Amino acid sequence: MTSSFTIDLARLERRAVQTRVRSLQMVHRAKLGHPGGDLSAADILTALYGAILRVDPSNPDAPDRDRFIMSKGHCSAALYATLAGAGFLTDAELDTFMAPLSNLNGHPDHNKVSGVEANTGPLGHGLPIAVGCALAAKITGAPWRTFVLVGDGELQEGSNWEAGMCATQYELDNLVLIIDRNRLQQGDLTENTICMEPLAERWRSFGWDVREIDGHNMGALVDSFQEAPFTAGKPSCILARTTKGKGVSFMENRQEWHHHVPTTDELQRAIAELERGAH
Amino acid sequence: MVDCREAYSKKLEEMALADERIVAVVNDSVGSSKLNGFQNKFPNRCINVGIAEQNMLGVSAGLANGGQIPYVCGAACFLTARAMEQIKVDLGYSNTNVKLVGISSGMAYGALGATHHSIEDVGWMRIIPNMTIIVPADSIETSAVMEFSAKQSGPMFLRISRMPVPDLFVPGTKFQIGKAARMREGGDITLMANGVMVSRALQAADELMKVGISARVLNMSSVKPIDREAIEDAARNTGGIVTVEEHSIYGGLGGAVAEIVAQTYPIKMRILGVPGVFAPTGSAKFLLEHFGLTSDGIRSAAIQLLNAR
Repeated sequence: MTSSFTIDLARLERRAVQTRVRSLQMVHRAKLGHPGGDLSAADILTALYGAILRVDPSNPDAPDRDRFIMSKGHCSAALYATLAGAGFLTDAELDTFMAPLSNLNGHPDHNKVSGVEANTGPLGHGLPIAVGCALAAKITGAPWRTFVLVGDGELQEGSNWEAGMCATQYELDNLVLIIDRNRLQQGDLTENTICMEPLAERWRSFGWDVREIDGHNMGALVDSFQEAPFTAGKPSCILARTTKGKGVSFMENRQEWHHHVPTTDELQRAIAELERGAH
Repeated sequence: MVDCREAYSKKLEEMALADERIVAVVNDSVGSSKLNGFQNKFPNRCINVGIAEQNMLGVSAGLANGGQIPYVCGAACFLTARAMEQIKVDLGYSNTNVKLVGISSGMAYGALGATHHSIEDVGWMRIIPNMTIIVPADSIETSAVMEFSAKQSGPMFLRISRMPVPDLFVPGTKFQIGKAARMREGGDITLMANGVMVSRALQAADELMKVGISARVLNMSSVKPIDREAIEDAARNTGGIVTVEEHSIYGGLGGAVAEIVAQTYPIKMRILGVPGVFAPTGSAKFLLEHFGLTSDGIRSAAIQLLNAR
């Protein structure tokens, strides 16, 4: 198995900056979107598409491709920017984000965008779908893996826990659940809304092997994704501690940036900060 | 009289033998879905997700993504109502190749009560784009529909009762999607029915013949797509339309027919079904009688409709 030191982490980090910049530009242009969560998930998405997933934009439906399900579909700008970085979309297409008749709907549609595996948006759909993908691979003995990214507030949807029990019952060690643990949801802190802690213990008690990492540390992300399954016969959960609005000082940990749209001035300041941070 | 569940499960086993992509997905419903045989023959292709319908539908969408052809088999009431958002998004909006087999639909669960009745399912499914809806009339049509279902990609809702019905079709009859089968010729009035009500509509037509009324009987098993031509022809060329279904009078077959009649050749109709109420306690047989979903009830409605013109 490849270790992260053979992967150019600096290149991935630069790509993550680009994903953040493009996401904010897209939200600014569309005057709509979820920038806080886009920035929170950008490193996770970049690590997956830049170093882990065996997917091919020239053959996006290859039966043996790895599957990635973006359960937190509201962070579509980050997903589309990542897919563009991976060659599934052109950079110019990103400028059509949420424009009339664009393929780039506010929540992703797999019938319109190559590389999108599932239509998500309502929360709590991605993990059950990912369980089905992983089961399909088990039934046929196929080697591909399934990754799914959920938000932390999203885990308040009960369907996730139905799927969590199912994944252990079927010993889906080809399944990796990534939790974007930024501790904020639309209206407030998760812990002020419905307390999620002890989140790692909850997943362990459901039979998952849980690893807690810094969700903005590219090396830790790549290593964890590569090393899963952590235990044979168990599904893997990567609890990625993240910061909502990561990389832009005036957005970080601010609940209002869940779906606030930056002004032109704010966009320029944000891009300057992100690009400064990259050096 | 035959329980159509037997026909669907036998056919599913045959199909699974021929196509290894076919899997069954159940919510602790192996027995009620008559899948014991399937489970014995294909243990790793019978996915029991437990009592968790939202997960069941998501898992099925994922299985389809992974190249499988899932048949999701469970009590129609839970399969549909409990997981409607998954049906809308993971199946309909995504246009996923998942087949829903709603077992013991309508009021088949009888005295278990309104929680277990599924008299809303056709209405809910009709609104969802990409969803095909089929309500077979007997065990022969059930087999034919199953065979058809694997050949057409996309989401599909097959509504199967547990109430025994007589065989109406000749063995080997092929199912034609979007086509109403003309079960009886007639020019005075048209009776349109599906599922367990088709045999009752045919009995009503016999009764009507005795009083000199010639009733055309159409089997409307294909609710979506529906046979617009047959409906318009019935409106233009017979004296009225009575629809009969083991479903709410809102949103089901009657509604689908009325939408077309009103926009092509408006004539008077009667829509027979459950009249927008939760059913009282009683066996399935009792409840069908209670709501006039009998050959007598159909005959009376037809005569009233003709007299009201």
